[in-house]
Amino acid sequence: MSSISDYRKREESITMSTESAGMGETHELLTLNIGPHHPATHGVLRVIATLEGEVVRDIKPVIGYVHTGIEKTAEQKAYWKAIPVVERMDYLSYYFNAMAFCGAVETLLGLEVPPRAQYLRVIHLELNRIMSHLVWLGTSALDLGAMSMFWYCFREREAILDLFEMSSGQRMHTRYFQVGGVIEDIPVGFAQKVQKFVDGMPARADQYADLLEKNEILLGRLRDTCPLDAETLLGLNVTGPLLRAAGVPWDLRKAQPYCSYEKFDFKIPVGSVGDNYDRFRVRHAEFYESSKIIDQALNGLPEGPHIADDRKIVLPPRHELATSMEALIHHFKLVTEGFRVPAGECYYPIEAPRGELGCFVRADGSAKPARVHMRDPSFVNLQATAPMVKDSYIADLIATLAMVDPVLGGVDR
Amino acid sequence: MLDRTALEALAQGLRDAEPSSVLGTTFDRGRAEIQIDPSRNVEVIEWLREQGFTFLASLHGVDYLPEEPRLGVIYELLDMTEVRRVAVKARVSVEDPKIRTVVHIWPGADFPERELYDMFGVVFDGHPDLRRILMPEDYEGFPQRRDFPVGGEPILFTYNETEHYGRDR
Repeated sequence: MSSISDYRKREESITMSTESAGMGETHELLTLNIGPHHPATHGVLRVIATLEGEVVRDIKPVIGYVHTGIEKTAEQKAYWKAIPVVERMDYLSYYFNAMAFCGAVETLLGLEVPPRAQYLRVIHLELNRIMSHLVWLGTSALDLGAMSMFWYCFREREAILDLFEMSSGQRMHTRYFQVGGVIEDIPVGFAQKVQKFVDGMPARADQYADLLEKNEILLGRLRDTCPLDAETLLGLNVTGPLLRAAGVPWDLRKAQPYCSYEKFDFKIPVGSVGDNYDRFRVRHAEFYESSKIIDQALNGLPEGPHIADDRKIVLPPRHELATSMEALIHHFKLVTEGFRVPAGECYYPIEAPRGELGCFVRADGSAKPARVHMRDPSFVNLQATAPMVKDSYIADLIATLAMVDPVLGGVDR
Repeated sequence: MLDRTALEALAQGLRDAEPSSVLGTTFDRGRAEIQIDPSRNVEVIEWLREQGFTFLASLHGVDYLPEEPRLGVIYELLDMTEVRRVAVKARVSVEDPKIRTVVHIWPGADFPERELYDMFGVVFDGHPDLRRILMPEDYEGFPQRRDFPVGGEPILFTYNETEHYGRDR
């Protein structure tokens, strides 16, 4: 299995079949390797493209360059220690990864999350969604030649990261969500800062639209390029903004509400034809909807505990450790062994910025998960790239990759 | 959501349509699951598709060491109109880890099936391009199996780079 000739043989299987295109002797297909180190692939994605002149006939994505075995690592850790590990999968939506994992574990435990914790989660999730879309918009516009967008988007992203730092102490991979709630209540002044941010965000999004909507080059590269109909997308199991751009109003926050999303008033933006322009507009419209949700969550933030009150699962408050022997024992047990989860299986899907993020957890009754699997939307959505770009120009391949928005940390896990 | 009664009704319908395909049902903490005979997976899934479960939300594997048969292939099906989910689980053994592909039903099952092959060694008969997807092409072993050790990976230095996989590089 490991001989060199076998390896070469397997490597050959990557190359495209050179099906004859009836081109005669003067034309031939060109196989072009793009990536894994290429700025337009948004990470270490490698694409092997078969070109006929400038027209893409077929592409094959080659992935696995940042596979770090996170699912395997999570099996070696106690449940609460697995949270920081799973957060590092899709590195632009770490709150969502933590939410899917915590939600699965809470379902297995039958643990009720207090309303305040749910609202705090919603605030951070939606801030994270805006942040993730800002990175997408900035880098995609950069690919399409709109340089200045990158700085505007990253300016707002910095403001969000500052908010994350204020509530959790970390800018990325915050470990803010815990099984049962959130690790700490928000600090004084946080609500005002978030309010200031969401009040300004719609105007910022208007400015982005003004900059991009009147950019003839950008419109030319997005409009009517690489459309894909809803039926094909559903067959490819695509979810999220890509599916909504094709006109399917499928959003788990509405369809199967979790984390008290049913209490908020927001709309699901949908496209009409499912081309790159629709994909851009759908994500852009989510800036407004997410801002609306954060505004409602902030103003309706209920009083109460920020984490569940089950001492067998949740760490006791710090001040109790000095006075209560029982709290000290609980703390010791939780930190050394962790809590045990009754045997069972759970699949917990949530709506991440890129689509359905489902966390499958199998518990075997011990303090460590027996299996953690993330159904990452980037991994599944990446398969739709090939049917999208077939028979379009190679420049449209770059635009489409930008609009598919795969995060390779999530694809490879 | 699918409740216990609806799950039993669904499983009964499946038993009538595809005799001896259902091995059992589980309803646990809101999760509805049907265990099926692995040799009948395509028929079962096609029948469930006709009942409205037209979307394959996820396809993943589990290693149930030390239970037998060890490997589980789980299809998380979703009905988008009624908004209900059901999991279909087929268990195959390590000795004969074979199951038929569903790529012809959902082209999007391509990557997940390759991942399952890569991580657990489950062979999907009829898959058009069953290669490793996340691990290197010349990797040996199936890392997500429970008996695969963590940290068993040799670290390549200059002195031992010719002794392990990738020696021709």
